[in-house]
Parts: sequence; structure tokens; C-alpha cells
Amino acid sequence: MGARVVSQFIAVLVDGVVYASWLFIIAVGLTLIYGVMKILNIAHGSLYALGAFSAVSLSAAWFSQGYAAMGSFAMLALAAVLVGLVFGPLIERGLLQFLYGKDEVVLVLVTYALFLILEDFIKLVWGVDPLFVQGPNGETPYGLLGNFEVAGLTYPNYNLLLLGVAVLTGLVLTWSLNSTRSGKLLLAVIHDREVSAALGINVSRTYFVTFTIGAFLAAVGGALTAPTVSVVTGMGAEVIVMAFAVVVIGGLGSLPGAALGALIVGMVRAAAVHYAPEVELFSIYFVMAAVLIARPKGLFSGAEVRKI
Amino acid sequence: MKRIGGALGAAVVACSLLAMGMPAQAQQKTSVKVGFVTFLSGPAAGPFGVPAKMAAEAIVESLNAGKGPAPYQIKGFGGLPIELVVADEAGGATKQVAEFRTLVQRQEVDMVIGYIGSGDCLAIAPVAEELKKLTVLFDCGTPRVFEEASYKYVFRTRAHATMDAVAATMYLLDNRPAVKRISGINQNYAYGQDSWNDFEASIKAMKPGVEIVTSQMPKFGAGQYGSEVSALLASNSDVIHSSLWGGDLEAFMLQAQPRDLFRKSVLVLVAGEPYLHRLPGKIPDGTIVGARGTNGVFAPDSPHKRWLMEIYKAKAGVDPNYPAFSVAQAFLGVKAAWEKATAKKIGSAIPMGAAKNVKEEMEKAYAPPTQDELIAAFENSTFDSPSGKVKMGLGKGHQAVMGTAYGTTRFENGVVKVGNIKYYDAERVTPPEGISSLDWIKSGFRKSK
Repeated sequence: MGARVVSQFIAVLVDGVVYASWLFIIAVGLTLIYGVMKILNIAHGSLYALGAFSAVSLSAAWFSQGYAAMGSFAMLALAAVLVGLVFGPLIERGLLQFLYGKDEVVLVLVTYALFLILEDFIKLVWGVDPLFVQGPNGETPYGLLGNFEVAGLTYPNYNLLLLGVAVLTGLVLTWSLNSTRSGKLLLAVIHDREVSAALGINVSRTYFVTFTIGAFLAAVGGALTAPTVSVVTGMGAEVIVMAFAVVVIGGLGSLPGAALGALIVGMVRAAAVHYAPEVELFSIYFVMAAVLIARPKGLFSGAEVRKI
Repeated sequence: MKRIGGALGAAVVACSLLAMGMPAQAQQKTSVKVGFVTFLSGPAAGPFGVPAKMAAEAIVESLNAGKGPAPYQIKGFGGLPIELVVADEAGGATKQVAEFRTLVQRQEVDMVIGYIGSGDCLAIAPVAEELKKLTVLFDCGTPRVFEEASYKYVFRTRAHATMDAVAATMYLLDNRPAVKRISGINQNYAYGQDSWNDFEASIKAMKPGVEIVTSQMPKFGAGQYGSEVSALLASNSDVIHSSLWGGDLEAFMLQAQPRDLFRKSVLVLVAGEPYLHRLPGKIPDGTIVGARGTNGVFAPDSPHKRWLMEIYKAKAGVDPNYPAFSVAQAFLGVKAAWEKATAKKIGSAIPMGAAKNVKEEMEKAYAPPTQDELIAAFENSTFDSPSGKVKMGLGKGHQAVMGTAYGTTRFENGVVKVGNIKYYDAERVTPPEGISSLDWIKSGFRKSK
């Protein structure tokens, strides 16, 4: 009995960490863009979906050539890079740059409109039939890496890849922001856009680079999710809600906040699934509500500077 | 100027008189406009919605050409061509209610055939009643539609989902009588909850003492099932019941298969049939699958089945799955009722010699049936379909009753085949009128109220 309780607890921890890794990957781009640009980018969900659909197409092309299945991982990475490099600049230069300085609510509506347009774009290009990242013999990157066992439960090593990508993303972003020249310039822009511009920082380029990185991170989330699901239209809508919950819990625009938010949501959901599945649906939003009651601006919100 | 005005006025009056003089021709029905609602986007589109749409198009083309199997050889509905107005079911119940109003009030359809989602059916039925528009639910499963309300304008031409649970239990206990521990994973909405509750109650009624270890209820469209798979693995269950469908089922299978969930647990997929050709290699051997009736691979051979197989394959390039069979049932049910109503009118028309106004009486007799006449003919009707005979035997004659079947999968030469098929008569697996499904199961499947 005691052993069962312990193994169940370990399972909750592992499931929580795996889910948190996935959540962090999909949420970190959203919080980065908000932190720098003060745009709550609803189209983040579409960029995630575009990453997944592109991963399907590139993997299908890879498998159709008869190449080694392991190479499909490269296709997932390529999909994320392509979506980031094509759609990030396109959206930022083609649309958002004309709207800086507008009210945050207007920008939410604009990115929501963009989300709807991109959803239809996806339908136009890929159709409505669910797609898989799958080789001719049913092999998927999800199962290719083998399994590991914890507390008598089997987990795919693919989950370790997710964890690795999440940790690496967090570390690289933290290091870049705090220890590089560009990062410090970015922090200056975050603190005060006008003063930064007056000091000669190219704010426009900072926004451009930030949005492209945010788009790339959304696409990474989509590409890494694609082998584990059937890739369908509308998948971005589900994800944006979860990502939003994570960044709100952590504090909009906060990198450590996104990490902690993802970990809290992941753990709470895993605990609900194992101990009280009937409340799983409600658990995440309960946590979100509880955090917002205690700290209306999220766990990691700092003191706000108000200009007079 | 005055003369021109006078001439114009005369022309207007003449035109008005002309228009008034030919009401019979102008208003005569030239087609039957059918609003058809199915998922065209989202996770339910691929395995359900799009096959349903293709089936509807193939069926309408065939019926309009008068190429239906006997007794459906009259063109369209009673000679009138069927015109489809297709709408997307995606977006949730609130959006669907608005879309339904648009179909009825703006598009002025003669009837609506549609709805795969149980939540949509529960939301649409009262609105159909309010707008007094004939609405045929073709695929949704929740028994609550007619168990919790009574409708005049709403019909469902497929059996409700209770039989899925009851027959699955019978099949499971017939083939694995030693089962001791059972778990479930079902979507947290009307159909998923009903499906699990019926199955759990059936197991408890038929084999008391079986332990229900865990019931996972992820939200519709959750996508990530890592924790749920862990909970199911940890449950050490002999059997896992699931009514997951669409992208949710596909994601669950993709995530569960590499983790060896099905090595020690038998999977029961009550709505698994549409995935047999979509997930080859991912459906483990020994999975118990149903098609929510004698549809798809379970349909017995008949001219109606051969007709559907032929026209669907010509359109889609693959064999029809069970949603396509459900669509056929809806269209053939309406057609049978339409032509029955017309025949009744002609049969009860005053004989020519006895009529005072022969022309008017004949026009009336041969006119398309009114909605009320159609509904009267539809209620309690029985008609042939590609899945077998359908009897509108529940819900005061508005809810179809049919038998069902289950089988077991095995992977052979790159395709999933279904063997060990067993059929269950409607009477054994469907509650009688006047008792809710859950009460009927809990009562030990008593025959009547």
C-alpha cells in the first residue's frame, strides 16, 4: 500500500514535469513578446499550429524519400525555423509595426483577427483532415527514442527531449537577457521604450527580433507536439488558452514566472488526473483564480513604474 | 409625361395581375432544400464530418438521379430534387444555435439534417421545436435527447448510445468472463459522460464485484494525455473503456501505444470503427471495437449496403465508415416518410367521379406533403437502410431503434481487420419507452416500465 502511494506520487511528479515542459515551451514565446512589446499575441496559437502543420509536411517529404526515420527530428527543427523566419518578420513588419503605441486592447483584437485569418490560411493550405507525423511503417519521432521506466510506469524518452528543450530555452533566454549586450539593450527597451530610443537603441529592430524569436518558440512548441497528436485545424485555439493561463499565473512578461506558472499548472493537473480525475477540467482555472485573487498581476509581477 | 405615367401605371397593374393570376405555378415547389450540418473543420472533421458530407453529396446525387435501391427509386424526395445547403458544425453549441436559425430563417431550408456532437443535438432540439422546423439528428449519441424531453419536429434516425455500452459489456463478458478491474477514459461532455456512466452501470449490473479503478475525463480536445496514460498504466486494469473519438482518440492512441498501455489492458473502443483505416499499426490486436450500430464493417450484406458502398467509394475513394451509414439512414428515413405521406394523400383523395373540383382535389393530392403530413408519416415508421431495418420505436416514434454489433481487431497485411463479430438485437440492448437508460440498466434491464 505504502509503495503504491509512493509510486503514484512519483508518477505525479514525472507527469507534472513533462506537462510543465510542454507548457513552458508553448508559453515562453507569448510571455517574451508581451514583456518586450506589450502585445498579448493571440496569433501565438496560430504560429504554434503552423509549426505543427509544417512539421507534418516536412516529415512527410522526408519519409517519402525513404531517408532514415531519425532524420525526421531535423524536419521538426527545420519546420520551427522556417515558420519563425517567415511568419515572424511577415507579421511584425507587415502589420504590427504600424500599431505600436496603440492601446493594448486594440492590439489584442488585431492579433485575434490575425489568429482567425491564419486559421483559415491553414485550412486553405492543409485542408481539414487530421494529419500525422508518421513514416510508411507507422514510425513516429515520439516512439523512435525508446522508453524509460519510473516507478513501474513506462515513459517515452521523447518526454526527456521536451524537458531538455524547455530547460535549454529557459537558460538561453535568461543568459541572453542578462549577460549579453543585446539582452541588456532589450531590458532597457522593456523598462522604457522612449528613453531607450532617445539613447540611440534601435527599438524597431529590437521589436522585430523579439517577435521573430517569439514566433520561432511558438513554432517549436507546435513542431514538437506534432508527433504526439493528430494535427488538426483549431489546435491553436486550445493551446493559446493554456499558454495564457500559464503566463497569467506567472505574471505577464516574466520569464521565471512562465517557468513557475508552467510547473504549477503541470503539477496541479497531474495531481488532479491521478487523485481526483473528476476535477481535472476545473483544476487549472481554480489555480489561476486563486493566484489572481492573491496577486492580481501574477506571481512574478514586479512593482510598476508609473509615469507622471 | 402624364401619358407615360399612365402607361407605366398600367404596366405595373398588368404585371401585378399576371403575378396574382399564377400563384400555383410561381409557388410550386421545384426542389427540397435540406440544410446539412456536419463538422467541416476541427478534430471531428476528418474521421466524422467530412465522410458524412461526402456521403450526403453522394446520396443526394444518386437519389436525384433516381438510382437509389428499391424502394427508393423515385427521384429525390417524391420526385422533387434535393438541394443541399452545407454548414460547419464546428464552434460549439451556442454558435450552432445561431447557425441553425440562419439556416431556417434566412436560407429558408425545408428541413435540417445534421449534428454529430451530442452537445449540439441537446442545444438544437429545443430551438428546432421553437422554430417549428423538421430536424433530423443523424449521428449524435446521447440518450438524453428524447429521454429528457419530447419533441414534435425533431427525429433521430440512429439508435442512441446506450446500446453501445450495454452491448460492449455483453461482448466483453462473453469473451473475457474473468475480468476484474476496469478503467475508462472518456471526454468530459454529454456523450463521454453518458457513455461511461452507461458502461459502468452495465458492468455493475451484469457482473457485480468488478472493480472500477479509475475514470479519466479529459476535456474535449485536450490533446495531451500523458498523465491520463500514467494513471491508466498504474491502475493495472484488465480492461480500458473509451468512447473517445476524432482527434482526441487519435492523439490518445499515438501517446498510449509507445507506453505499452495495451500490453496488459484490453481496449474497448465503442466508437472505434472509423479509425481502423486511419491508425493501422496503432490499434493493438485484440481491441474490441464497435461502430455504434450495424454500420461500416458490421453492416450485413444487402442491396442498400452495396448501393452506399458503391456511390461512396466512387466519391471518396475509400469504403464508407459509420458516419456515412448514419447519413444514409437520415436521408432514406426522410425519403421513406415523404413518399409514404404522398402515397397516403393520393390514396385518400376523393375519387375523381365523386369530386366536385376534380382539378383542385388532384393538385392537392399530388402536392408535396406539408411538414405536418411528413412528420405524421415519419413517426413510428420503419424503413430499410444500408445498416438494416430501422424502426422509429422510441421517443414517441421519433427515435430510431436498431441492433448493434461488436468485434475484435487483428492486424493483417498492413490493414486492421475485425473478426469474432457478434450481433445484438435492439430489444436486448435498448431501454423500453418511458424509462431512462441509466434507470433501465440499474434495474437489471427490465423489459418494461
